[in-house]
Amino acid sequence: MSAVAEDVMAIIAAKSKRDRPVQSSDWLDELGIESLEAVEMIFELEDRFGIEIPVNANNAEEVFKTVSDVVRLVEELVAAKDAS
Amino acid sequence: LKRVAVTGWGVVSPIGLDAPTYWAGLVAGRCGIGPISIAPNERLRQKIAAEIKDFDPIVHFAPDRLKFLDRVSQLAVVAAQEAIAGSGLVLDDGLRPHTACIIGSGAGGQITQDEVFRQFYEEKASRVPPLTIPKMMLSGPASHVSMHFGLEGPAYAVASACASATHAIGQAFHMLRSGAVRCAVAGGAEAGITLGSLKGWEAMRIMAPDTCRPFSKDRLGMVLGEGAAVVVLETFDDAVRRGAEILGEIVGFGMSADARDLISPDEVGMARAMTAALGDGRLAAQDVQYVNAHGTGTAANDVAETSALKRVFGEHARWLAISSTKSMVGHPLGAAGALEFVATLMALRAGVAPPTIGYREPDPLCDLDVVPNEARSLAMNAAISNSFGFGGLNAVLAVKRV
Repeated sequence: MSAVAEDVMAIIAAKSKRDRPVQSSDWLDELGIESLEAVEMIFELEDRFGIEIPVNANNAEEVFKTVSDVVRLVEELVAAKDAS
Repeated sequence: LKRVAVTGWGVVSPIGLDAPTYWAGLVAGRCGIGPISIAPNERLRQKIAAEIKDFDPIVHFAPDRLKFLDRVSQLAVVAAQEAIAGSGLVLDDGLRPHTACIIGSGAGGQITQDEVFRQFYEEKASRVPPLTIPKMMLSGPASHVSMHFGLEGPAYAVASACASATHAIGQAFHMLRSGAVRCAVAGGAEAGITLGSLKGWEAMRIMAPDTCRPFSKDRLGMVLGEGAAVVVLETFDDAVRRGAEILGEIVGFGMSADARDLISPDEVGMARAMTAALGDGRLAAQDVQYVNAHGTGTAANDVAETSALKRVFGEHARWLAISSTKSMVGHPLGAAGALEFVATLMALRAGVAPPTIGYREPDPLCDLDVVPNEARSLAMNAAISNSFGFGGLNAVLAVKRV
């Protein structure tokens, strides 16, 4: 797992309401992460990596379904930032 | 209990600076949403709003008066002027002490606050203008309307976020119905399209980047608006006695609180407010033809509101014409309920349901008739206007055609 992925997983784990380790196949709603917490999580990810995540609460459920969706998007945005 | 008539209305909106232009815009499906004009705005991601671009305060206020008025109060006074003039009411010494003035607002003088605080924090201004506080206060619009027209009865602001104006008009309705006052000037005003507040809205991630598409499957959220609307209320008997033109009758008012979540709406709370309004107005579900929806265009509101309408109206929900005029004027928060209440009365009176514009794709979770994109002629006798504020504060007005 990349360093970025580990950090993302840690940020998601802090929001999880389940009493077990977070796995990349987990669905965010299964972890008990509701809309406001998802928005807060996005803020933390943006701050941590210096990126802007183009997600709106109105379509977040389509873009952000599982933990691996979040990891992939953040990895892409970090790679794009490093390339620019 | 006394019957309550509406005898005047006034509107300042992104699609019209007076009531007739507003109505023409609603019927035509005119969209008041566009690129924000405030500058500099490069630190904003949210680039659109429904602004009132052609409002010139100098036309309405002398410079020595204008310095006392934040934009929110300017809009309120101009809307009240039109409403009072249109009512034909003579506010004489006998009536003024018995006239209430209740103006809702979500946040009061936000432009003053944003600009003054910017000067203080960013420019390190050593002092701020002496009228900062009275221009900022939430009750500023109520005070200015009261002073401008000499309304000496009960006067105050009502705040319930996006439901403020509906609660304000409902309060005025209660006062008239109970005989506490003889006349009321009530409505809402909001003028909060500032860098600071847009940034705050942006952080909630519920703002649409393109436009407001209530109930459409591809909707991406709400769009901030600004505006004011004010109505004149009097008892039905007084209005008839003086030969006033009666624009509609308020028959019911329902309120509820979700008492659950600060942000997410709750269909049960919404339904309770609608049921209360219908019961108060002695209306059966089948008596209602039109609903002016809260319809913010967010994923959550539109689904919850659709479910709530089904709860309240049952099978009849499918026969209702339901539109969100926020698709045209954006969401003017504490003024929204007043703009929508006026739209509801105008719709009843004209027999035309305004459209929900920007609609592109049916959503199985919002499967009622939302009058997509084109206004529709419709025989109407009764309607409701829904407002559901953040923090779960709900208010619904029920009206009848006269």
